[in-house]
Amino acid sequence: MSSCRKRCKREMFKFAQYLYRLVTGTLHADSVEDELELSAVRHRPEGLEQLEALTRFNRKELQILYRGFKNECPSGVVNEDTFKDIYSQFFPQGDASTYAHFLFNAFDTDKDGSVSFEDFVMGLSILLRGSVQEKLNWAFNLYDINKDGYITKEEMLDIMKAIYDMMGKCTYPLLKDDTPRQHVEIFFQKMDKNKDGVVTIDEFIDCCQNDENIMRSMQLFDNVI
Amino acid sequence: MAAGVAAWLPFARAAAIGWMPVANCPMPTAPRDHRKRHDELIILNVSGRRFQTWRTTLDRYPDTLLGSSEKQFFYDEETKEYFFDRDPDSFRSILNFYRTGKLHYPRYECISAYDEELTFFGIIPEIIGDCCYEEYKDRKRENAERLQDDQDDNKDCKLPNMTYRETMWRAFENPHTSTMALVFYYVTGFFIAISVLTNVIETVPCGATPSQKDMPCGERYTIAFFCMDTACVLIFTVEYLMRLFAAPSRYQFMRSVMSIIDVVAIFPYYIGLVMTDNEDVSGAFVTLRVFRVFRIFKFSRHSQGLRILGYTLKSCASELGFLLFSLTMAIIIFATVMFYAEKGSSSTKFTSIPASFWYTIVTMTTLGYGDMVPKTIAGKIFGSICSLSGVLVIALPVPVIVSNFSRIYHQNQRADKRRAQKKARLARIRIAQTGSSCTGFFQSKRNDLLNELLELTGSEEEEQQHNKSISLLESQHHHLLHCLEKTTAHEFVDEQLYEQNCLETTIQSYTSRSPSFSSQDGPIGTCCTRRGKMNSPLPNSSLPLQPSHQQGALQELSALHIQCGDKLPHTTSRSSLNMKTDEVGPINCKGSQITTAIISIPTAPSDTTDGGGLHGPPQRRPPPPPTGPQAPSINTTASSNVIKVSAL
Repeated sequence: MSSCRKRCKREMFKFAQYLYRLVTGTLHADSVEDELELSAVRHRPEGLEQLEALTRFNRKELQILYRGFKNECPSGVVNEDTFKDIYSQFFPQGDASTYAHFLFNAFDTDKDGSVSFEDFVMGLSILLRGSVQEKLNWAFNLYDINKDGYITKEEMLDIMKAIYDMMGKCTYPLLKDDTPRQHVEIFFQKMDKNKDGVVTIDEFIDCCQNDENIMRSMQLFDNVI
Repeated sequence: MAAGVAAWLPFARAAAIGWMPVANCPMPTAPRDHRKRHDELIILNVSGRRFQTWRTTLDRYPDTLLGSSEKQFFYDEETKEYFFDRDPDSFRSILNFYRTGKLHYPRYECISAYDEELTFFGIIPEIIGDCCYEEYKDRKRENAERLQDDQDDNKDCKLPNMTYRETMWRAFENPHTSTMALVFYYVTGFFIAISVLTNVIETVPCGATPSQKDMPCGERYTIAFFCMDTACVLIFTVEYLMRLFAAPSRYQFMRSVMSIIDVVAIFPYYIGLVMTDNEDVSGAFVTLRVFRVFRIFKFSRHSQGLRILGYTLKSCASELGFLLFSLTMAIIIFATVMFYAEKGSSSTKFTSIPASFWYTIVTMTTLGYGDMVPKTIAGKIFGSICSLSGVLVIALPVPVIVSNFSRIYHQNQRADKRRAQKKARLARIRIAQTGSSCTGFFQSKRNDLLNELLELTGSEEEEQQHNKSISLLESQHHHLLHCLEKTTAHEFVDEQLYEQNCLETTIQSYTSRSPSFSSQDGPIGTCCTRRGKMNSPLPNSSLPLQPSHQQGALQELSALHIQCGDKLPHTTSRSSLNMKTDEVGPINCKGSQITTAIISIPTAPSDTTDGGGLHGPPQRRPPPPPTGPQAPSINTTASSNVIKVSAL
């Protein structure tokens, strides 16, 4: 009751103020926007030594990586839209935004909505300098959208659709609507050993390690940096 | 691919590891990087000022001078630097382009000097960022106009072979081109003035004669005025006819405002000539003479100011309309109020609301004639409110209109300019960048295929010829796209190939499906879903989606088929041909046979006679045997319109 009266009083006061201003003709140009002035997000990464210790890159490589990173994102962090933008530029024929979203989540390990240089370089370190086990772990993490330790068919379907979206429309042979679903079926047939409808990390790693193609392709990008 | 994100290519490639576990096919091998991996500083000596940057910075834009091997021409072996004998100040913005990816136009720079620098360094000006592009374009246009004006002054002296008609038209449009034109211009101007003056003086009372009372000059000196009028109208008619003759597009000329004014100015005279003696009618036609005042508008050919004013009013029409509307609202409101306020008072002038309109207008525009005044107190109160608000209502929109006009005018010009520029810019950028990612990718695939072929044939020299040197960056990007292809087991194709494939596969799949059509509902489902995809590459198909029951599906199927099989203009005739196969409905034959019958229609050779011939009654026409699922064979069966009777 008292809060209600207080609010009433406040409203009356504001109305009286408004009438006064109307009569005297003062233009009150206050804007709420002044309060919401966004402080520019800036982020400085850890020192070179710490990063050298955390990742498997050497000094020179870290320097090159940082220069490229900072050039594209002068503020030091990437948010999801910029990430999607950048990634889409590599796949002009299709729509890379869904896959970029999943990638972003995979890189943003501390889930703060932006990828800082540390996240970036640690992810790259796993991908480019990690052991096969670690890479497979990372891939599993990418597919497991809700991070519950199981890849369900729906999650896999989402990922597959995202990958096929990157192909775009103009493909040969023509992309059918159920191609992703079929691909997911094949994947699950291969990976889901106990046929319980989900793929766990162990099933995944086991199966990949037995597959020669996959093993070979994991080493493909080792000399990227 | 924007070279600015070249730095992120390693990241994109690393992220491709995410595709590996789901790929079914093996991945292609990665391109090898033969150069030294470490980055080196390049020294650019521009007229003594040394700029230093990383090599990779310059490599971002391989189609410019600094990014390509063209800079080797400027390499100085002794000092191990690249020397350019150019302006160091302009070079700053050019080097910044490599660093930041955005090209800025410095305002203190002369436009032609800047243009020269850009051309020298192989950078197209369309890349200038949005922040500076407008300024750049404005300056460039001014410069071009200045040069153009200089050229025009020189050009007017020499008249290459123009036809007599063109000379006349030019003389009419620009009086300064020749003396004759100038004379003509002044003569017509003089006669317009004379004509307007005579119109005015005609109505002035000329002084009383002994015999008659005061009468206007026009009636006193009828003959003189008549001769004057005739002379003016003659001159105007001749002028109009000459303009009509000289106009490049007579139809356009007749529709233009100026010519309409001309016609309206001289028409009443001729009507008056025709209708002289009939007393009743001539009274009405006297009023036609009011149109003679339109002759004053002929001055707008002579006065730039009038033309600008006319254009102003035309472009400001919506603002004026709003002013009028708000005024009308206020007038109605106040007139109503005044009428009801004054209703009580006796012998009031406010007899009705429309009668009060006059009072409201006069008061709001602060004219205050005083022929209508409120007498009641309420009337006076409302009358004062009316006049106060009149000041507001009228005074406020006028500067708004003026500033609005100026703002909108400039804004529109700029917006249109920008829109036009943007399209042209993008087109030019696309043309200038020879190695766009898609075409580059397709080209490299073709090169790879060629290389494979050549490897088989074993000729080394040709192989080296075909290997165009693409940058490492591009080859890495292509490798990434290749990996995606392998992951999804589909290939990228370009638009035309895609559409061709789309057509071929529909024909194939339907012929292969036809025998089992009636038995399953599944194909209908996928047909329909595929139809959704198919419709996108063929925007000229206009048939609506039909419910997928049997006959509906048939129509849909056949209609769909007709669309896909026939991209030529008589698609509509064929599709309407199929629309008429409502008659298919009552025929209770096996679906499969109907399907094949209709399928064969679009494969018929593409002349309308055949289409018309096939049109007849499709349901009665027995089907040819189902064709094989290859596109070329379809064509061959098409040539044989063998009609075999079969039991339906």
